[in-house]
Amino acid sequence: MTGRPKQDIILAGVGGQGILSIAFIIDSAALKDGFDIKQAEVHGMAQRGGAVQSHLRLSKNKIWSDLIPRGEADLLLSVEPLEALRYVEYLRPDGRIVTSSVPYANIPDYPEIGMVLDRIRKIEGSVIVDSESLAKEAGSNRTQNTVMLGAAARYLIVEEDSLLEFIRVLFEPKGDKVLGPNLKAFELGRKAAG
Amino acid sequence: MSNEILLGDEAAALGAVHAGLSAAYSYPGTPASEIMEYLIRTSRRGTPFKAAWSVNEKTAFEEALGVSFFGKRAMVSMKHVGLNVAADPFMSAALTGANGGLVVAVADDPGMHSSQNEQDSRFYAQFAQIPCLEPADHQEAYDLTREAFEISEKFEIPVMLRLVTRLSHSRGAVRTREPRGQNGPRTGARQCWTLLPTNARAQFRKVLDRQPEIQKFLETPPFNRLDVNSGSGRLGIIASGIGYNYVLENVGGWEEIPPILKVSAYPLPEKLIRQLVERVDSLLVVEEGFPFIERTILGMFGIQGKTVVGKLSGRLPLAGELTPETVRSALDLKPLEHRGPGDFKPAGRPPQLCVGCPHADTFKALNQALENFDQRNIFSDIGCYTLGYFPPYNAVNSCVCMGASIGMAKGAAEVGLFPSIAVIGDSTFGHSGITALLSAAAAKTNMVVVILDNDTVAMTGGQPSFAAGERLLRIVEGVGAAKDHIRVITPLPKFLESNVRVLREEIAYPGLSVIVAVRECLEEAKKKNRREA
Repeated sequence: MTGRPKQDIILAGVGGQGILSIAFIIDSAALKDGFDIKQAEVHGMAQRGGAVQSHLRLSKNKIWSDLIPRGEADLLLSVEPLEALRYVEYLRPDGRIVTSSVPYANIPDYPEIGMVLDRIRKIEGSVIVDSESLAKEAGSNRTQNTVMLGAAARYLIVEEDSLLEFIRVLFEPKGDKVLGPNLKAFELGRKAAG
Repeated sequence: MSNEILLGDEAAALGAVHAGLSAAYSYPGTPASEIMEYLIRTSRRGTPFKAAWSVNEKTAFEEALGVSFFGKRAMVSMKHVGLNVAADPFMSAALTGANGGLVVAVADDPGMHSSQNEQDSRFYAQFAQIPCLEPADHQEAYDLTREAFEISEKFEIPVMLRLVTRLSHSRGAVRTREPRGQNGPRTGARQCWTLLPTNARAQFRKVLDRQPEIQKFLETPPFNRLDVNSGSGRLGIIASGIGYNYVLENVGGWEEIPPILKVSAYPLPEKLIRQLVERVDSLLVVEEGFPFIERTILGMFGIQGKTVVGKLSGRLPLAGELTPETVRSALDLKPLEHRGPGDFKPAGRPPQLCVGCPHADTFKALNQALENFDQRNIFSDIGCYTLGYFPPYNAVNSCVCMGASIGMAKGAAEVGLFPSIAVIGDSTFGHSGITALLSAAAAKTNMVVVILDNDTVAMTGGQPSFAAGERLLRIVEGVGAAKDHIRVITPLPKFLESNVRVLREEIAYPGLSVIVAVRECLEEAKKKNRREA
């Protein structure tokens, strides 16, 4: 996917799932690869276990709006399947979903997961990854966000090496016990996406 | 100098540092908290300026005002409703004027992402008759903050920097410039700063007389700019702050771009507006917040022969924040094609108390203690515990402003509500609850105040609390609550029964009781453990 001049990405998940870490890695990689970026985040009240999303815009040209207009998003990267469905309308008609299949059911009216996944599958080009089992395989359940970043890597316009560089920047200070599983999680996610 | 990726809040903070800031004060509040977070981090890296949280916005403002009195540059930052708390010094600071540059950074929250209302701070700037700068992007957040200090010292007046959530909490690139040094000490003139009527009249005159000069100064870039563009001249656009971005996002591909007046500063540029109006038949006003510009240029009778549309006219929604879509529709453009979810609407996922949160245990105990009463009204306040409104707790019946719970419980108790219970966090209590408790203690009102002491300002990210632990207990006793009716409980599941008993006993006591529920915020405990590990 590298070579394109711009990409709009919606990152989605539940507060605490680490979508801002993914955003940091993609942002930093994009800057290294010569893109300008804007990244709108959600802070404050919503972070307490609520739905959170981040609008990530990468471009070689001037970026105006901090928010991605509905119909402009090339990619919807979600760490949670119901959250993926929340933002489908932001996708361009040929936009793609890359999502985890693992529900975070902290609400009483969470729909039947089979139905949620069926709806995602109906959207052409969707990539669904079992982030939980891959994160466990990588050595830490907390790396599900990095699994999903790996799963999305081939669809991003930034270089994979740049992503890996900033995974190191982010997790190296936390020690090998954190960095190792995250590097592995990225690799497993990348492979799982086919 | 260098290129950095910063939040809008951080860009403003860095602008202040590079403008020669000597001190900054704030109280946490979304979406403004990251200004002070950044300043504290920067000051710890060895930059020699003071950056500190204050007990509330009024105190923070007054601290900044003292810095300005002594000739040094100060910034005070807060969320929009924080300015209500600081409104007293804010309004009078326009009269004292600024000695060292004084910038009031206020972050509005259109759409109420994390707030109880969506008031527009530009009205406050107009009310006080001080300049207001409104950046559209990160670079402007940095540049205009530096300009704000210039203007403040040039016109000897406090200057407002108005931010909004979408800029405060968005990251973007900022090119920084050479920082300048701080001011030396220089005390303010006592006749300017002592607002006795005789001095205040003279100072107010100065404020009034300065207005035309300020307005003229702000007519030029980088403050306000009229781009005539290539448009045929039928439609003209006035766009302020981030509204400008949404316009450009949508008209970027047009063959003929209409003339656009980009507003980044107030008082409004009358001359530029006149030039634009003369050129076009109709005007679209795109502004984040209330229809401030639209109403101003329409006045009561409108502009003869011209159509003006915007929020007032209904072309843009009056409530909520602007989006690329609402501005697109206001520009008469068809919606972009997009994927559709069909008939499926995902269930909402509101924020909620963390699993194991101490507040959850307190609410469980309160709900049980109130089981046998007809009246189950708990006045709540602003913090994570406001989430006790939602199921499964359904525990609280009010949330109005910082500290309101105690005053409301007193008022209701005095006209017959029993039991009358207030629930308030330790930091909110320090912010605005102490005076209300003093009032209730003096009146010996029959009510129960439950202070939830988790030793932090949790909702905004764990800033330090000023009224926690032992100090909190001494404050409660100090304002006059009876010692026998200050009870400390530990909100843990294993103490549920005894906690319910304490609550029932104090409800039964016909006077003021204060119950302090002490247990550390889980998130903060986790952070602490991680730091130690």
